[in-house]
Amino acid sequence: MEFLGLFNYWVVIVLMMIGFYIVICSNNLIKKLIGLTIFQTSVFIMYISMGKIDGGTAPILAEGVTLYSNPLTHVLILTAIVVGIATTALGLAIVVRIKESYGTVEEDDIHAKDKQA
Amino acid sequence: MIVHLSVLQVIIPLMAAPACLLLRKRELVWAFATLATFVTFAVSVLLLSQVMQSGAISYDMGGWEAPWGIEYRIDMLNAPLLVLISGISAIALLAARTSIENEIPENRHSFFYIAWLLCMAGLLGITATGDAFNVFVFLEISSLATYTLIALGKDRRALWASFQYLVAGTIGATFILIGIGLMYVMTGTLNMADLAQRLPEVENTKTVFTAFAFFIVGVCMKLALFPLHLWLPNAYAFAPSIVTTFLAATATKVAVYVMIRFIFDVFGFEFSFTHFPLQEILMTLGIAGIFVASIVAINQDNLKRMLAYSSVAQIGYLILGISFASQTGIMATLLHMLNHGLMKGALFLAMAAVVYRMGVANLSQMHGIASRMPLTMAAFLIGGLSLIGVPLTVGFVSKWYLVSAALENGWWPVAAAILLGSLLSVIYIWRVIEVAYFKSVSNNTPDVKEAPASILIPMWILVLANLYFGMDTSLTVSVTQMAAADLFGGLL
Repeated sequence: MEFLGLFNYWVVIVLMMIGFYIVICSNNLIKKLIGLTIFQTSVFIMYISMGKIDGGTAPILAEGVTLYSNPLTHVLILTAIVVGIATTALGLAIVVRIKESYGTVEEDDIHAKDKQA
Repeated sequence: MIVHLSVLQVIIPLMAAPACLLLRKRELVWAFATLATFVTFAVSVLLLSQVMQSGAISYDMGGWEAPWGIEYRIDMLNAPLLVLISGISAIALLAARTSIENEIPENRHSFFYIAWLLCMAGLLGITATGDAFNVFVFLEISSLATYTLIALGKDRRALWASFQYLVAGTIGATFILIGIGLMYVMTGTLNMADLAQRLPEVENTKTVFTAFAFFIVGVCMKLALFPLHLWLPNAYAFAPSIVTTFLAATATKVAVYVMIRFIFDVFGFEFSFTHFPLQEILMTLGIAGIFVASIVAINQDNLKRMLAYSSVAQIGYLILGISFASQTGIMATLLHMLNHGLMKGALFLAMAAVVYRMGVANLSQMHGIASRMPLTMAAFLIGGLSLIGVPLTVGFVSKWYLVSAALENGWWPVAAAILLGSLLSVIYIWRVIEVAYFKSVSNNTPDVKEAPASILIPMWILVLANLYFGMDTSLTVSVTQMAAADLFGGLL
């Protein structure tokens, strides 16, 4: 039961490790960025899960409702999502320029070209 | 006006950045950005003097009272750092117009100044805010601007360096985000002062331990603590020289500040050093960083890369100061933060001058360069002496306090390690001095003139600051002493 209760957090850990693994082990820069995005997204899920309160509803003042979920984590994560998008966009822009000047987006090839020069 | 100083500190550069877009002409943009930076500098000096007179300033953003609203809090710990960031930025911008002429294509100059202002706003924001989540947001503002600035480098390797930094920096920032999230889930607050009060109630939970571990590792990534420093040497070596000057003097210092703030203020001394083996970890990594990075620095041909490795070593000293967990240790760290900003600023500006004239700063092409660029190399010499820690320079002052903090704890092997580390820096600075002063000019040396005054003047301002604060230590020592006393105030 405890396992199921913590389901969200298990998902967070699994996603985080998948993302981290891709960032470290992938040779392709685009894939690295995808991994990075998955890694960040897992943290977003963690924040949103934190705000949920059992039986709580959306934080809107209404008759007869006293238990609300915490909206602050959602607001925080909205900011973090914007930051994440900016990071991905900037990362992709840099990858485009790497492709222009190196002619490749594979890490090994870039290292090989740098060694030659 | 005076009441709003703490927020103006961050708002001025943040608003000046988009305003630059409207100006379009690059000379105008430069003049405007420099003006905005000087105003910011004046604001931070005012803030420091206000803090010194009447204690910490708390500002409620938008009139929302802390801990519900976002609080900006200026005290003895961050006020001097604000002065350092805006001061170095102002001085470096004076030289920037000339320095980037040869390094950045003309049509990108306006964007360069915009990214610069955003980077500065981010760094100032991290330092001024009293809200944990705000730290993350400003960290990302400054980081994103930094990736852009590094990618502007002339060499295509700058792109690769920037990408590597982006990946490392984002992982670090995400770790910090996890740490902040876990702190929030345990305490329900993001305000630093409030966190400091509520964390002790729950400090024996796994969640708080995890939060602390994630947060510290994330910050260590940002401050390039050995062995998480791998992004730094390339980023500093291939970024435009003037960007390196600014970043080397300020960016890592801000991360060190965040670390001190959270270890001592938010989590508290008790938790960090008794519940957590932080002392052993930081001391080992600090000393390892000093030695490994200094030895690597000795073998570099590219001088910007050499100084970058030397920065990693200097970060080792800063971390070592924290690991002493004593008032003198923290004071030494704070002092070295400011002093290292001054010396690295001067050294990298000298490199910017060399790069301006020669295109690169490779030692193999610098035989007898001192006869061609006497003022630049003299500045490098003084900056280098300061880095080594020769008396009458700022480097001596901070090393002195570091060594006395080590002896105060009775850790004489650590004191010996600090001195040994300084000897290593003698070696890599001497290599440059020998080639520049004592080798005769060879065919390999390009025919160059002294750097233009627009780079020389800012450079010498920093060099003179190195000497001035090395001789008259009353201001820096008293400020850092008060800051350290504040941090330990709750304990004594």
